[in-house]
Amino acid sequence: MSFIEAAGLTKTYTPRGSKPVHALDGLDLAVPQGTVTALLGPNGAGKTTTVKVLTTLIRPDSGSARIGGIDVLAHPQQIRPIIGVSGQYAAVDEYLTGFENLDMVGRLYHLGAKQSRIRAQELITLFDLEEAKNRPVKGFSGGMRRRIDLAGALVTRPQVLFLDEPTTGLDPRSRLGMWDVINSLVGQGTTVLLTTQYLEEADQLADSISVIDDGKVIAEGTSDELKASIGGQRIEITLVDPGDSSAAVEVLRRFGNSEPSVGGEGRELTVDAAHAPEALQHVLAELGARGIRLFDAGMRRPTLDDVFLRLTGHVATEDDAPALQTQGRH
Amino acid sequence: MTTTTTTTTAATTTRAAASPIADWFSDGWITTRRNLIKIKRVPDILVFTTLQPIMFVLLFTYVYAGVINIPGSSYTEFIMAGIFAQTIVFGSTYSGSAMAQDLKVGIIDRFRTLPMSPSAVLIGRTNGDLFINAVSLAVMMTTGLIVGWRIRSTPLEAIGAVALLLLFAYAFSWVMAYIGMTVRSPEVINNVSFLILFPLTFISNAFVPSETLPTPLRVFAEFNPVSALVQAARHLFGNIPPGAPVADNWVQRNPELTVIIGIIVLLVVFVPLAIRKFDRVSSR
Ligand SMILES: Nc1ncnc2c1ncn2[C@@H]1O[C@H](COP(=O)(O)OP(=O)(O)OP(=O)(O)O)[C@@H](O)[C@H]1O
Ligand SMILES: [Mg+2]
Repeated sequence: MSFIEAAGLTKTYTPRGSKPVHALDGLDLAVPQGTVTALLGPNGAGKTTTVKVLTTLIRPDSGSARIGGIDVLAHPQQIRPIIGVSGQYAAVDEYLTGFENLDMVGRLYHLGAKQSRIRAQELITLFDLEEAKNRPVKGFSGGMRRRIDLAGALVTRPQVLFLDEPTTGLDPRSRLGMWDVINSLVGQGTTVLLTTQYLEEADQLADSISVIDDGKVIAEGTSDELKASIGGQRIEITLVDPGDSSAAVEVLRRFGNSEPSVGGEGRELTVDAAHAPEALQHVLAELGARGIRLFDAGMRRPTLDDVFLRLTGHVATEDDAPALQTQGRH
Repeated sequence: MTTTTTTTTAATTTRAAASPIADWFSDGWITTRRNLIKIKRVPDILVFTTLQPIMFVLLFTYVYAGVINIPGSSYTEFIMAGIFAQTIVFGSTYSGSAMAQDLKVGIIDRFRTLPMSPSAVLIGRTNGDLFINAVSLAVMMTTGLIVGWRIRSTPLEAIGAVALLLLFAYAFSWVMAYIGMTVRSPEVINNVSFLILFPLTFISNAFVPSETLPTPLRVFAEFNPVSALVQAARHLFGNIPPGAPVADNWVQRNPELTVIIGIIVLLVVFVPLAIRKFDRVSSR
């Protein structure tokens, strides 16, 4: 049975003077205990809204949500002790030091005074926050705030962890560190729901990925399943002379099993292929026979980028993640 | 609550099930401490709350004392309760901008996902105002005593005056906290509170006897809650000369009772409203 279960969640916002926005439009979700599920979706897909509903911050217009069998909407006060949350924007007190922030969170989770201080120190060490330990958070970089906020989510070693874009704005080293932390928590049985715009992150961390767009889950499965769902391997060739483009398309169409796509000013051609190695041999032989010169040729499995593009019609690139979001909002 | 018993992972042991009352006190203390630390780290707040009232006391005693004549008393003695009331009413607006600011930076979302009492953040915030107001009242009273203000009542009555002033401001902090969460913009809150509080404190008996005002303003001044507060404080500090005229209405004849009723009404209405609001807001 799933530890986090949401069914038919809807939430509509009607900003003054504009059309209603369906932030959630019948979203279903099931996260088995002790696994990591990633919500993957473009800006405005409804990732944050989903996390806010599950973490008791907002009430959906309709639908139901349960965590560990407890009804989130009916008993939010029973949910809060078992969850840890790190929202999209670092929620730290600017005037408190890193240590004071974590200690305050510990005390408000009702750890005893001593226990709370011990745990704060452990997290300072774990997240490499010594520098921020005794200085007010104000004046620290976005990445540092982010780490303090993430540490805040782990104060009680919660049963369920919600991380909304946990690594947006972290430098590569901190990001790898964060992945380690998440992996070790899962090793201890924590259930994790994270959102991300980084396909690589979903690939690395998640047992299961739910692709969401316009407030709905439009595909779910493991990373491999999602990739397989949009076809097997594909053949990619790059021509030396774009003038050969139409002849090459003809060849690819004959040995592939999809309509070839053409990019890179007519030089980059791609086609799906059921038995890619064999098809590639035929393609190369035929192109050679016609005297078409190649700059590059190869086969690859689809990436999550392909999945994303195919399913949502948007391209997800790292550029989509607004760098400013990590600065908090001032 | 069955919070710790259902834990299947290696959860950090929470403190042996304390009573809800003990948790409530602990939550309130932790959030109060948060606000006290902020006062310590942002000295502007304390400078503002101490220097500004000193300035007011000096300005009014030395600039207007010669102009405004209070029969049977000195202007310094008359004005002091007015300055006290004005300063601490303004002091309670911090809760408004602070709640709006907390929403803006998103820390309210952190608090709302913690298993704490939903009133704790507000209790901590209004306690912070109470502390600031207590400090500025002490500073103003000391300055007042130096420039010639005198308490001409019993210590018990004087304590009553201090208590009414602080409690009224405390109740007003809850109003401002509610408004802060509704308006959600710290800047707007500041502007709005100036727009409302300046007329409220100036069209009152705080700085001039209300009889001297033109009729419409006089009527407003006599029923203005700030006037009742000023009148009550003046009365309890013994700063109303015997035989001074008292406006012929219930409010002005029973200022202490009016203030007490006002405090109770504000708290009864706005404490639940603010807590309910807190339980629903989320940043963005
Ligand atoms: N409080 C609000 N008022 C009005 N509209 C809102 C509000 N919160 C969310 N929305 C809208 O709902 C939609 C979903 O928002 P949400 O924040 O869940 O998206 P997201 O997937 O987290 O996007 P991002 O990647 O940008 O963080 C967006 O169109 C957003 O503008
Ligand atoms: Mg988001």
